Amino acid sequence: MNAMVHAEGLGKKYYLRHQKKDAYATLRDSIVEGMGRVCRLGRGGRETRDEFWALRDVSFQLQPGDRLGIIGRNGAGKSTLLKILSRITEPSEGVARIRGRVSSLLEVGTGFHPELTGRENIYLNGAILGMKRLEIKKKFDEIVAFADVERFLDTPVKRYSSGMYVRLAFSVAAHLEPDVLIVDEVLAVGDAQFQKKCLGKLEQASREEGRAVLLVSHNMAAIEALCSTALYLRNGGTKAHGPAREVIERYLGDMAVSAASEVSKRSDRSGKGMVRLTGIRPVGAAVGGSCSVGDDLRLALSVENRYGHPVSARMCLSLRSSNDIGLIVCDSYLTGETHTLAANSVTTLSCTVFAPPLNYGEYFVNVTILKDDQVEDYLPSALRFSVESGTFDNHVRQQAAFPILARFSWKVEGDEAADAP
Amino acid sequence: MSAQGEEVLIRPGGSRAGYWRDLWAYRELFAILAWRDVTVRYKQTVLGVLWTVLKPFLTMVVFTVIFGRLAGLPSHGVAYPVLVFAALLPWQFFAGAINECGVSLISNANLLTKVYFPRLIIPASSVAASLADFLVCCGIMAGLMVFYQVNPGWRLFWLPLYLGIACFASLGGGLLFAALSIRYRDFKHIVPFVVQFGLFVSPVGFSSTVVPEKWRLVYALNPMVAVIDGFRWSLAGNQPAVPLYALVLSLASTALLFLSGVWYFRRTERAFADEI
Repeated sequence: MNAMVHAEGLGKKYYLRHQKKDAYATLRDSIVEGMGRVCRLGRGGRETRDEFWALRDVSFQLQPGDRLGIIGRNGAGKSTLLKILSRITEPSEGVARIRGRVSSLLEVGTGFHPELTGRENIYLNGAILGMKRLEIKKKFDEIVAFADVERFLDTPVKRYSSGMYVRLAFSVAAHLEPDVLIVDEVLAVGDAQFQKKCLGKLEQASREEGRAVLLVSHNMAAIEALCSTALYLRNGGTKAHGPAREVIERYLGDMAVSAASEVSKRSDRSGKGMVRLTGIRPVGAAVGGSCSVGDDLRLALSVENRYGHPVSARMCLSLRSSNDIGLIVCDSYLTGETHTLAANSVTTLSCTVFAPPLNYGEYFVNVTILKDDQVEDYLPSALRFSVESGTFDNHVRQQAAFPILARFSWKVEGDEAADAP
Repeated sequence: MSAQGEEVLIRPGGSRAGYWRDLWAYRELFAILAWRDVTVRYKQTVLGVLWTVLKPFLTMVVFTVIFGRLAGLPSHGVAYPVLVFAALLPWQFFAGAINECGVSLISNANLLTKVYFPRLIIPASSVAASLADFLVCCGIMAGLMVFYQVNPGWRLFWLPLYLGIACFASLGGGLLFAALSIRYRDFKHIVPFVVQFGLFVSPVGFSSTVVPEKWRLVYALNPMVAVIDGFRWSLAGNQPAVPLYALVLSLASTALLFLSGVWYFRRTERAFADEI
């Protein structure tokens, strides 16, 4: 078999501990708990441990030069899959065989130290990513030129602008020469032009040198441009696997469908579930509704509280583009408020977004309800709504390519005679 | 990363066969992480070097006054400051290394969750970084020896043996603490306390001849006893040699500490990224 990567039935199981209040165990807790367990012996009391499969039964193969895009909602298991293939965490079941050298890029600038200079960080980061010192030395000038930071090589990176930082970090990574490259969402950072440069570099490496690339991204355009095939994960399982375009269409279609079905019957939610979203709709518009560019967006939400006492809830809405990029977040945490939900009842709330700068098009709303910093209910794509074309400030024409609109003005500030040719 | 043409096998509880080979393949990362720790420590604080010098120096002054002057403990004809500093040298290294090693995994959490490499590299490199402070302190020791006109002669060449024991003992203990502190977050408060406690059960402020004869055997189980006595013997001159039984016991307890540290670390290592 000639596959570079051969994954078969990969799965990862986590245990959710319900008794724990803190995320971290302490020795003190363990001792107290252990004593408690001894005392409860014979009475059948035990800790409840729920299994949770973050990933289950995922199989695929990559040949030299293959580029596989992995898509799916947050929590679908994409990162878990990458972590297993990068050997950061072990699978609970299944086998993967990888031929050759593997480099994984799960974060830009892993291990960068702010106190060290750009030069020092290149060596540090290179070593962390698995490059030999000689290899880095050989490519040093290339790395610096690609990142365009020659002048700041001996400045500590804490003084770098975020753009420079990202460019330097990505440049080191782009000069790795692995047989299999694993990339997680790192293209989401950096300016568009640099992103394009990086995508080009990735594609070139794969095409000319036969590297296999695995890429996770929420940026469907990037996946479509770079990847030949795609793998769509949902709730830890494989939902679709095939040509990139088809899989992406399927994914975007699913997002639209789940938004259309009735909220209270949806099962693709997470959280403790004692407080649940039971309905969401735009106000002042038809069901499945819409508003126009420049209008206030008003959403009515019904929330059921199953606790026998009133709950002060933190409400969070995020407005997302049709390719699942977060655009606007309306989190009551930001305004420092909580909202009281009466005991054992359904409360109606509304959220108004004042003249959101959204262009016409399709948008999705994710809803999260928290109580005491714990997620009670998280429902992705709880609502799909469309913004119809309308007037925005001084714009006289419309263009669909960009989801966010802003006021702007162009002005000629003066002119100077050009030298005669 | 693994060498060209090799196959990486990933399966539950598996992919362990190449661990020691990988450890060797990642030796450059070990060196560069140690270098990072040293560079950052001396860059971040203006007082970096000064602090490294002042801490053992002031401790020496205090111990000399308390144990040498007030308690009047014997020094076998060597200036008390030399006696104390020859002991502080390995002790400061041991305490520093074990502390740094114990928190090394937590402070490098971002690496644990983002990149693969044999995790042993992190605590091992933090011990190596502690050697830098040790070297700085060696400078003070040299100064003291010149000042008090102590000539150690050929005994100096035995020093690496005792330094080696201190390295393995601190790495062994540090590995245990590092692995435990991933699972139990309050360990970072326990470690400094244990180390502080160790200062008083090791013969740092006084000569180990102060300990009653019948307890010496038990006392020698503390791996640092032979190390400290060895340092004194190698550096301060005129000091009793480390008895063979004490050296053997120290080697044995160090080996036990080191092996159990490696064993526990390796056993828990695979879950680090999930638990941190």
